[in-house]
Amino acid sequence: MSTPPERARFLARDSFIELTARERAVRVLDAGSFRELAGPFDRLTSPWLPLQDIVTQADDGVVIARGTLEGHAAVVASIEGAYQGGSIGEVSGAKLAGALELALRDAGRGRPVRPVLLLETGGVRLQEANLGLAAIAEVHAAIVALRRHVPVVAVVAGAVGCFGGMSLAAALASHLIVTRQARLGMNGPEVIEQEAGLAELDALDRARIWSLMGGEQRYATGFADALVEDDAAAIGAAVRSAFASAAGGAPRSERVASLSARLAAIDAAHPPEPAALRALWARETGA
Amino acid sequence: MERLSFTYPARQAVARRVHVGVVGSGDLEVLLEPSNDAQAHVAVTTSVDGFGTVWQHVLDRFFTRFDAAAAIEINDFGATPGMVLLRLEQAAEALRA
Repeated sequence: MSTPPERARFLARDSFIELTARERAVRVLDAGSFRELAGPFDRLTSPWLPLQDIVTQADDGVVIARGTLEGHAAVVASIEGAYQGGSIGEVSGAKLAGALELALRDAGRGRPVRPVLLLETGGVRLQEANLGLAAIAEVHAAIVALRRHVPVVAVVAGAVGCFGGMSLAAALASHLIVTRQARLGMNGPEVIEQEAGLAELDALDRARIWSLMGGEQRYATGFADALVEDDAAAIGAAVRSAFASAAGGAPRSERVASLSARLAAIDAAHPPEPAALRALWARETGA
Repeated sequence: MERLSFTYPARQAVARRVHVGVVGSGDLEVLLEPSNDAQAHVAVTTSVDGFGTVWQHVLDRFFTRFDAAAAIEINDFGATPGMVLLRLEQAAEALRA
């Protein structure tokens, strides 16, 4: 029986989405170079979740690993989407911010470390409220400071996506890699439905949701720099090529004039459908 | 949330630490390391209350084939008994690897 080429290609993929946060970090780094910092046996768990009768995870849902990318020193921060929706609490947020701040210190000393963020998160962990938000603000500040020295590369692979305050972290990155399965947005679909009503967005309408905030749409409208297959090797290659190419140009978040012009082109009373938005906000090639 | 603890006799020493699993829906993580006496100790934290007897049965079965002096920590998020056994077997396999 012959297999159609598309199906053969699909079956040959080595899904990145199906990997745990730790496996993702192992696979992104050069083979054999993964070395975890503040790992599960250090038991840096949330002090707040047990008070609310919620079971902790020994790494609080964030894996920090040093290693190399094509021989260059690197640090990967990988969020576990399966644990509490990848939410950022006091400890997991401190691990993320701490990793970036140490990379900043190293960069200041002339020893640049390539930072990679594997983002799979609903945003702040509501049970830890302000402490999580404060940590996310530290992550933002660290990305902005660090990207002056070395590109900060972020990946949103799916299936959780990247939302809330952490979607701002993705937007601040020098280079953002997404898959078709990724979603990127400030508010998740269920929050939008709950706050604005079913007429605004049906959170069960998957096609609609992906047409609005899916990786393909985000790439087509210039909010992501690379659209890759859900394949560990393809994502690893995209991360490496991001460091090779991300040197020039202002970061997306500093292109205020062009982003303002984009908003000015929208009539908020009659917002464009996703396809029309692609035409209106087509990728700025070479930007 | 409920915390349970169990102790089993052990014969072999444990040489290293093993971590498997995720505290995701219907899943659990297992942290296995050498215990500081000649017994195996299991500390379970589970999101589902009232299943102490089921945990006892699952662990009794696992320890009919596992005799290492391990300190095992389990963080459970509603895994079924089958899932718990699979994760424990995975940890035991990683220990042998």
